[in-house]
Amino acid sequence: MKNYQTIILSNLEISPGYWRMRILAPGFAASSSPGQFVMLRPEQALPTMLRRPFGIFRTGCLPAECAGLPPREYMEILYKIVGQGTRIMSELHAGDRVELLGPLGNGFILSDNDCAKLLVGGGIGLVPLFMLAEALIARGQHVRLLMGGRTRDDILAVTEFERLGVETYVSTDDGSLGEEGFVTNVLERKLDKYPCAEVYACGPMPMLNAVEKICAGRNVPLQVSLEAHMACGVGACLGCVVKGAGHSDQFPNYLCTCKEGPVFAATRLDWGRAADSADACAKGGCR
Amino acid sequence: MNVKRPSLAVEVAGIKLRNPVMPASGTFGYGEEYAPFVDLNRLGAIVTKGLSLNPKAGNPMPRIAETTSGMLNAIGLQNVGIDAFVGKKCPYYRDVETPVFANFFGNTLEEYGEVARRLCDVPEVTALELNISCPNVKQGGIVFGTDPKAAAEVVSLVRKANAKPLIVKLSPNVTDITVIARAVEEAGADAISCINTLTGMAIDIRTRRPKIANRTGGLSGPAIRPVAVRMTHQVVQAVKIPVIGIGGIMTAADALEFLIVGAKAVQVGTANFVDPAAMLTIIEGIEAFLVEEGVDDVNQIIGSLKT
Repeated sequence: MKNYQTIILSNLEISPGYWRMRILAPGFAASSSPGQFVMLRPEQALPTMLRRPFGIFRTGCLPAECAGLPPREYMEILYKIVGQGTRIMSELHAGDRVELLGPLGNGFILSDNDCAKLLVGGGIGLVPLFMLAEALIARGQHVRLLMGGRTRDDILAVTEFERLGVETYVSTDDGSLGEEGFVTNVLERKLDKYPCAEVYACGPMPMLNAVEKICAGRNVPLQVSLEAHMACGVGACLGCVVKGAGHSDQFPNYLCTCKEGPVFAATRLDWGRAADSADACAKGGCR
Repeated sequence: MNVKRPSLAVEVAGIKLRNPVMPASGTFGYGEEYAPFVDLNRLGAIVTKGLSLNPKAGNPMPRIAETTSGMLNAIGLQNVGIDAFVGKKCPYYRDVETPVFANFFGNTLEEYGEVARRLCDVPEVTALELNISCPNVKQGGIVFGTDPKAAAEVVSLVRKANAKPLIVKLSPNVTDITVIARAVEEAGADAISCINTLTGMAIDIRTRRPKIANRTGGLSGPAIRPVAVRMTHQVVQAVKIPVIGIGGIMTAADALEFLIVGAKAVQVGTANFVDPAAMLTIIEGIEAFLVEEGVDDVNQIIGSLKT
């Protein structure tokens, strides 16, 4: 973990509303693991001020610009314009200065068993899955990516996964790319076929809720990567907490997304089951 | 030319600080969280997250929202509780030379007294910072910070319960901060820190919901600095005890504004989130300013306001 004062190498729109930023970051790759994130801000940030959290997409190395210079190590983020902060970021160019804090948080836990490895990404939730796929493949695992989005514009970087050797399945809500329907339909089919599986998911909360329900129902281990508004990124401000398993007003169990996550075993989190059953009771659904 | 380095040392409530810069409570965790970025031994002091008698869960999410040149927060004083602080967090301070100020609060008068008592025999804690100004919890905090009688009552109770130097942190959400400042001075406070956050609100126009679940939150950051400088100036004029200035300090120049109006020290809050090493940059900047101005002691700057 380091606070880099560095520069952008490139910043390109890769799909409508989605951008890819490459940042010079010597020593970053060696210190980062799949699922970690960074806190980033432009050096000239006003009117926004706080850093924004971004999942690490990938790391790499460019050859030295001149003989005798070291190669240029970089890290990349993919981001979606969601507000003022990300819009300002999209207006930056190669050579602009940024402050990069990271890598931060806890990433995915990898296993070496023979169960199928299913990666489920929803839209920009694809980001932390790339380095995970790289790491699993490096361990000799066969990796399947189930990628979902509302339209074809939300399907990102799939060919890069394919080049790694990942078997990819694309679905969109409107059928504009791949299969028409939710990524969770594809997940259920794959789990029918590979009952011994491990699932790694990142995406919008409704998708994660559905994935969790499916996996819990089949006793399939699940790790999820969460997103949250953050101020500090290092566990100090307590602005990014999520409810942990067994949380109640009387016995609170808040977990910091930044410090204890952003990747959690699904069993560590509160998925609102108590609320579900209370709701069912209210509707006369329980005996 | 061999220039003698200026002295940054100040004294607040009888405590000698190597420089006047310390974190604002709640923005620096318990200190340990920032140790990878900040050599804690270079700070003037460490100020802890607000502590209560029992562990506190805090408010529902979302708890933070950025606003123009500032941020709203309603964390709700989530903390590990006084026993876990003493047992699990304090041992870390044994290897740190910087004085530790324990910020604390209670839901009731009795709880304030009890927390103060439990901090008596904790050698790692140098001083107490009494929080009577958190705007984000229904009970305690602000209730004691907006009424001079209630403020005096809690200060004298804590004063009797614990002999350590006592700093009282004031709220800006009052008509006249000097009335509260005088009340806590008379009740036995050794120093005042001001200001806590200003109560604010921001709305998501699409969902038409408040941007933070608590509806209102405390506004911090550069947006509040002119208000904070004004209130620090007023409090310095109103009391004889030392004042620690707080509010939107991002740079050395910001910190110097507070020192010039008479604050003996400053606390840095939101800037820690923007740049984890912000306080070190501020300390270096203050030193550089003194060199530029040909001043060899920061105390010559403190209270040097010309009007």
